[in-house]
Amino acid sequence: MHARIFGLAAFAACLVMPVYAAVALSDAAGSYTISPSGSSIRFTIGKAGGGGFDGAFGRFKGTIRIDNGDVGRSKVDLTIYPESVGTGQGRIDAFLRSDAVFDAANSPEIQFRSTSVTRTGDTTAVVTGRLTARGKTFSEKFTAELGGLKGGTIKFRVTGKVLRSRYGMDVGTPLYSNIVDFDMTLTGKRG
Amino acid sequence: MQPLTNTPTRYGWPTIILHWLIGILFIGQFALGYVMVRTTSQRTSFELIQLHKSFGFLLLGLIILRIAWRLGNAAPALPPSVGMLERKTAPLAHFALYAFQVALPLSGWALVSVSTLEIPTMPFNLFVMPDLPMGESDAAESFWTAAHWYLAYAGIALVALHVLAALRHHFLLRDGVLRRMITPSSAGE
Repeated sequence: MHARIFGLAAFAACLVMPVYAAVALSDAAGSYTISPSGSSIRFTIGKAGGGGFDGAFGRFKGTIRIDNGDVGRSKVDLTIYPESVGTGQGRIDAFLRSDAVFDAANSPEIQFRSTSVTRTGDTTAVVTGRLTARGKTFSEKFTAELGGLKGGTIKFRVTGKVLRSRYGMDVGTPLYSNIVDFDMTLTGKRG
Repeated sequence: MQPLTNTPTRYGWPTIILHWLIGILFIGQFALGYVMVRTTSQRTSFELIQLHKSFGFLLLGLIILRIAWRLGNAAPALPPSVGMLERKTAPLAHFALYAFQVALPLSGWALVSVSTLEIPTMPFNLFVMPDLPMGESDAAESFWTAAHWYLAYAGIALVALHVLAALRHHFLLRDGVLRRMITPSSAGE
């Protein structure tokens, strides 16, 4: 908890007070590799009549680069392997991997490349970027909240909504919502 | 005014329309069910299954209407030329046809209700049809899948028998049994 508070304080300080930025950013700035342990990419899709179904991607990789001096120049790159999707129901997983949804055989990667990072609060930022899935690319926005900075490890919670119909994955609407709610925890290790 | 109610010698329009509508939908549902589980595209298969569910609920509604109408309208008597054996077995066959019309959509509803896939049901995307209050499990899903399958094949066999019997009346016995199910006026009274 101390580490979390320290991390938040350090990040907040570097954002809010440019005077101390050099000191605080020396803690946070740098390149991080997203570590699968401590990270998760979960999603929820609402169902007609209430409830929803949850899933997660087991395999992904990426980098987070926090710019020294200008948070807006920070970068996030994320690659998700849809083959690794899991919902706890094998038949649904097979359906999601098939050409009905991800077509993982022909489109093995879902990519996110940030184009801009805009600070929205002491520990929050909106990350805008290009999301590519099944050969289609659209601009998407995610909200990132700093969860902690300890030693060489940085943690963000990233949330956002994506319209799946744009990526040729509209199967099952309106039984299943077109809106995919993402909830990710991304833990980066320096280097 | 078109004749609506059944009389001792002919069927009224509601009976005739419900008979053919349900008959065509029933055969269509069998064909759709056969195709949807053999389609290789998972997306097409999913969409055909949802369509099958929609038509299933439409059929269930029509069948309830049909049974209510039948309870208030006695069926016309068989022509005097019909033999004793058929006089005894035809009502049993017709009762069995009604039983299948009820059991098939209900078993399908049970199947989607107990399925561990928990796929919602929205007939023709109009409204959410709730599941029957049955516990979901893989075992229950297997049971109701098998029950729906056996009922479908037994039902379509019974429909085939029904069609053959009607054709026999029309082409061999040359009585008005089939014609009176086509229009009230051509009842051969």
